[in-house]
This record gives sequence, structure tokens and C-alpha cells, in this order.
Amino acid sequence: MVSETYRRPEPRQPSRRVWAWFRLRGRGASGWAFVLHRLTGVVLVFYLLLHFYVLSNLARGPQAYNAIISAMKSPWVTLLEVGLIAAVLFHGLNGLRLMLMGLQIGVEQQEAMFWGALVVSALFTVVAAALML
Amino acid sequence: MATVTFKIYRYKPGAIDPPRYDTFRVEVEDHTTVLDVLETLRLDDLTLTYRHSCHHGSCGTCGMLVNGREVLACVTNVLALKTDEVVVEPLRNAPLVSDLVVDMTPFFEKYEPVGMPYIRRSEYLPEARPPEAVGEYMRFESCLECGLCLSACPVVASDAHYLGPAALAAAARVVQEPRGHDLPAIFQMVDNDEGCWRCHAAMECSSVCPNGVDPGGMIMFLRKMLLTQRR
Ligand code: SF4
Ligand code: FES
Repeated sequence: MVSETYRRPEPRQPSRRVWAWFRLRGRGASGWAFVLHRLTGVVLVFYLLLHFYVLSNLARGPQAYNAIISAMKSPWVTLLEVGLIAAVLFHGLNGLRLMLMGLQIGVEQQEAMFWGALVVSALFTVVAAALML
Repeated sequence: MATVTFKIYRYKPGAIDPPRYDTFRVEVEDHTTVLDVLETLRLDDLTLTYRHSCHHGSCGTCGMLVNGREVLACVTNVLALKTDEVVVEPLRNAPLVSDLVVDMTPFFEKYEPVGMPYIRRSEYLPEARPPEAVGEYMRFESCLECGLCLSACPVVASDAHYLGPAALAAAARVVQEPRGHDLPAIFQMVDNDEGCWRCHAAMECSSVCPNGVDPGGMIMFLRKMLLTQRR
């Protein structure tokens, strides 16, 4: 009876589920590092696109370029820039951590290296914010 | 003695579908494990399904999510969780069969081709003298084939073709102690974008592994091997 009605269920989650990266319940420090690395990576990609957009205004003449540059001087943009610095710092330092691990260096200290990357990023972000704001 | 609320994931294709959580108030003692609770609840509801065998953390069949984290239910003490509510769910990244039971086929499809021997000569205690009838001390490989690491890995979650932490750790063990294995074949298996280079070092595999296999560290070992071999 059972075998007639039984069908092998589809996987509860199909295979390409990027959102599953951000499921943090039950995850440890290294899981957070993974998620932060991805999020800051996305921030950097968006920044790069924005950067290209701003520069592309050069092609539209000095007036257009000056206009966008003065728009970029708003305090809101400066605040975003502080966020950008935080993202660059963490992504860079954590990237270093990942490269070292790939060379089998400090694998056992990887969690401490993550906290280190986080603290150093935070410190330098605060310094940068103090200088810029 | 304390009272704890258990929220248990229930799903049976065609019967309990869509899935739901059943809630129970359960009396637990100091020594009560999550598996003990499931077995007690099953006395009242024989349709509750879960896997188990040994009850002492060595068969690797009772893996599940408890409060979102991969554990072996038989060695997970309820009171040590220190939560009034305990949420029990099936492992992730594997086809769900029923309630807390997942289909381990995808796990073994990737794990078995590595061909890691399960038993090896023990390298511990060289001074120990085995009794006469025993030629030499043997030991099991540490991996229990529980699949906790695959459930915890975010890369397995988004890429079903990734070989995954357990199989890569097994491959690394073979590389460490080849004993006649075909190493080029092993390297070919792991040296590609669905092998050890797919890992993004979330290291959750190592953090949930109940038996100290350290799959994440083993993947880094493979990378180092491959990098230094290519020189
Ligand atoms: S490596 Fe650890 S977590 Fe993964 S299957 Fe083996 S024992 Fe389980
Ligand atoms: S029942 Fe064997 S490991 Fe839990």
C-alpha cells in the first residue's frame, strides 16, 4: 500500500539557493564571517558600479561632472563612504584570512583572525569617520 | 526535573503536507537527551519518524537540527541547551523523506567513490602490546557519516554538485595515508571547481562535526597539497 502512494519527495530546498547563505540561526563566528564577506562583497560591487557611473559623467562635459561631484559632497554620501570604508576594510582583511587558510596557515586560529579582522576594521572605520565627518 | 517545550518539524508527503510544527510540553531529567524525548513522544504517536541506532554517538544516524544547529540527538542533553523551547528539525541540504528523516543517498553518492577505508592500523600508543591473538590494534576512521557537515555548509546549500566537506575530508585522509590508493585519481576528484576549490571557508562543517574530523581544515590541507604539487 505504502509503496504505491510513496513518491520520493523533491528536495525541501532546490539546489541554487543563495538566500540559504544568510540563514544564521545556529551558526558560529566563522559562519558570520562567511556572510559578512558576501555582504561586503556585494557592497563593493555596487560601489564599483556607482564609481563608473560618476566617472562616466566626465564624458558629458565639465558641467555634468561638476554637478555630480557636488551632489556627491552631501553628508549622506559621506556617511555611505564611511560604510564603504568599513566594507573595504573587512572584505580585504577577511580576504587575507581566507588566503592564509587556503595555504593552511592559521586554520586553527581562523576564528581569532576573524575577530581580529572585525576589530581592526571597526577601529580604522572609526578613525576614518572622525576625519571625514 | 524540568518542563521544556519541544517544537518538532512534521512532514509526510501527502499526509502532513504542507509541513507543520507539533508542540509538546515534556518533562526532562538531568540526563535526558533529545533522542530520549523523541522516543518518549513516539510512544504516543507512532507516526513520528526519526533515525537512530547506537544511542551513543557512534553510528551517526541521529543527526538533526536542534535549535537551528546540527547535532547528534542521542548525545545532546536537553537541559544543557539552556532554552525553554527546543526546536527539532531535519537536516538541511538533503531530500526530506518524512518528519526528521532525510535521504542520505546524495551524501553517500559523493562519499563512497572516494573509497576511504573505514578501518586502519592504529598509529596511537606505539608502546601498547596487543594480546597474542590480535595482530595489531586497529581503529576506525573518525567520520561517522552523519552528514551534519553537509547540512551546515552554506556552499552545499547553494550548489548541489559540490563534493562537500565529508567526501573532501575522506579524500584528504586517503592522501594522508594512501596505503596503495590511486592518488592521482583522488587528486583528479578533488582538484576542480566542484571539489576543494569550491569551499568558501565558512568552517561550519568543522564547528558542527561531532567527531573532530575537521573537514574544513582537511580541505585546506588538500589545497595546500595541490598548490605545492603543481610547483
Ligand atoms: S566529517 Fe564529521 S560532520 Fe561530516 S559526516 Fe563525518 S563525522 Fe559527520
Ligand atoms: S544514535 Fe548513533 S549516533 Fe546517535
